[in-house]
Amino acid sequence: MTDAADLRRRTAELLAAYPPATTDRLDFLRARFDAGLAWVHYPEGLGGLGAPRSLQAVVDADLEAEGAPDNDPRRIGIGLGMAAPTILAYGTQEQKRQYLRPLWTGEEVWCQLFSEPGAGSDLAALGTRAVREGGAWVVNGQKVWTSSAHVARWAILIARTDPDVPKHRGITYFICDMTDPGVEVRPLRQVTGEAEFNEVFITDVRIPDSRRLGEIGDGWKVAQTTLNNERVAIGGMRLPREGGMIGPVAKTWRERPELRTHDLHQRLLKLWVEAEAARLTAERLRQQLVAGQPGPEGAGMKLAFARLNQEISGLEVELRGEEGLLYDDWSMRRPELVDFVGRDAGYRYLRSKGNSIEGGTTEVLLNIVAERVLGLPSEPRTDKDVAWKDLAR
Amino acid sequence: MTDLLYSEEEEALRAAVRDLLADHCDAAGVIARVESDAPHDRELWKLLADGMGLAGLLVPEELGGQGAGHREVAVVLEELGRAVAPVPFLTSAVVATEALLAGDAGEAGDLLGDLASGRRIGALAVALNLPADSAYKVVRYEDGALHGELTGIADAAVADVLLVPADDGGLYAVDASAVTVTPQVSLDLTRPLAKVVFDGAPGRLLGDAEPAVRRALRAGAGLLASEQLGLAEWTLTETVRYLKERKQFNRPVGGFQALKHRLAHLWLEVVNLRAAARNAADQLATGSADADLAVAVAQAFAAPVAVHAAEEALQLHGGIGMTWEHPVHLYLKRAKADSIAYGTAGAHRAALAELVDLQAP
Repeated sequence: MTDAADLRRRTAELLAAYPPATTDRLDFLRARFDAGLAWVHYPEGLGGLGAPRSLQAVVDADLEAEGAPDNDPRRIGIGLGMAAPTILAYGTQEQKRQYLRPLWTGEEVWCQLFSEPGAGSDLAALGTRAVREGGAWVVNGQKVWTSSAHVARWAILIARTDPDVPKHRGITYFICDMTDPGVEVRPLRQVTGEAEFNEVFITDVRIPDSRRLGEIGDGWKVAQTTLNNERVAIGGMRLPREGGMIGPVAKTWRERPELRTHDLHQRLLKLWVEAEAARLTAERLRQQLVAGQPGPEGAGMKLAFARLNQEISGLEVELRGEEGLLYDDWSMRRPELVDFVGRDAGYRYLRSKGNSIEGGTTEVLLNIVAERVLGLPSEPRTDKDVAWKDLAR
Repeated sequence: MTDLLYSEEEEALRAAVRDLLADHCDAAGVIARVESDAPHDRELWKLLADGMGLAGLLVPEELGGQGAGHREVAVVLEELGRAVAPVPFLTSAVVATEALLAGDAGEAGDLLGDLASGRRIGALAVALNLPADSAYKVVRYEDGALHGELTGIADAAVADVLLVPADDGGLYAVDASAVTVTPQVSLDLTRPLAKVVFDGAPGRLLGDAEPAVRRALRAGAGLLASEQLGLAEWTLTETVRYLKERKQFNRPVGGFQALKHRLAHLWLEVVNLRAAARNAADQLATGSADADLAVAVAQAFAAPVAVHAAEEALQLHGGIGMTWEHPVHLYLKRAKADSIAYGTAGAHRAALAELVDLQAP
């Protein structure tokens, strides 16, 4: 069994063999992966050592202290948070060996081809078709809201392989090559002026059957692994007091007494208290995970932070008065990274509107809390036993 | 970093208190009791104080207590809140006890032992609505005796001894037999208030009033959040249970999205309240420099959540929720009174503005 002492020893060995100061960044990351110190809870040979997940923090702390390069998890978030756990759970040994190492080092960026113009919250209604032709699948359709598609090497993709069965049963999960000429990525400009997302048009793209993940028709089950991991991400976060969106507005309040009004003061204090309570809840969730008693609180944290980010950034625009009427820059950019807080108050206000839509809308997450945490009955479903091709569209 | 979880010992304590309350404090019994002239449940108090030693949780062992701390007290308060138990735990075992712990040994020490054993019940003679940083009313001290009148004193009707601030700056112990206690008709039937008239009542000096009252009210406010948590949890759990059973339009009412979303929001509020209340209890227990801030956050957050939970419970129970026979009104009254007790959310936000340097215009 790999314990903390063993991990620290291995980390020291890695640092001795590849001194960060004189080692190329990518060489170091590859060596770290090969030493099993990338994600210690993954199996040996796949970047891990089969150690408890909580021990990753031990490795990370020692590496950070020595100035080791990291793999810029923000840039490769979709690969790390969604593609990797799905490939680990459902991939063949060959798929795992091919994809996980360059995914983790960031040499290959991943994106997620799930949502469609007609299938967002009702994701299982998707209409992108994949038709078997010999050893390959021919895929046609359109995806949307695809972060990182313009820089991605690979995509996880769900497509309909059997229209004659009910919608959840006829879906299959694939790995799509984004360099295929049938894949066209078009920027989708959003309310902030940036084009952080894309539309992806898929025309006669041939995906070899060896890039199928899981069984034919099992795509919905495989996608659940992806989606559950998408929502877990927030749980491990550790914020200091005023570490979130409340920080900049509190700073503005302290530095600019001329902007203060009684109404804004009441609202600011109320939001400050709520942000602190949400921060404590995230910390409590983290403590539960470390103690091996995960609770259902994670399901709610995204809801809490989405609402708070929106209210706090909205308050900050008002607080700034005349300045609040301005915006730093409307020019269309295609950032590689999603930036939630880096720009001015107006940008934060507009970008935070996406927080209650991306990764599951607030309305869908409330249903999940109500049904899975509180055990309330689900809404009647009229589409459950109807073949996908017979559904009204 | 603050410990926001419950230890195994704390969970065992919770289970013991919950079992006892299940056997001795059902809602119908509480309703019947509040209709009588004696709303307090003295037998239940005897079981909690004598039988389980809960009255002495905050008192050091050498003074006859359990030598436990605020974390354990908070767990007990969660359970008492869940049952709207009409017992003077918060007023005697927490607030009066904290006031005595601020004083010197001697007189205060003897009284602490009495309160810890449950032989006597104490009440701090400060109006229940006051936060720790506000001015409180005092009585006149003259020749060893106290004169005057105080109102809004919680659980004074069952107190054996009152801890009374006087105009000379001292805190005095006064036997209830030496004063006139008149019950006031209270919004919260399970934690009734009373008027106390001092007409030359003899008082024994315990120490300075100021630090004792501050300390007592701060602990009261911080730990009240745990009572509010228990209360909010009960109303949420009961409402969910009811909505799974109650059918309208040929399906369980709890299956309607409009109601599911309200309950999911409420659940999230309760989850956040648990973290805030736990933080306050832990910071009080460790005597952290951040305890004032933790108390202000917990109290500013807890009051609106508990009231919202109780109001939602009443609304979502429909007509039955509006009746005297259904216990939800006990929770609504307790929640609304708790939202004023030891300072309103607004008072705690004002305190917070000072503590975190977010000054008013």
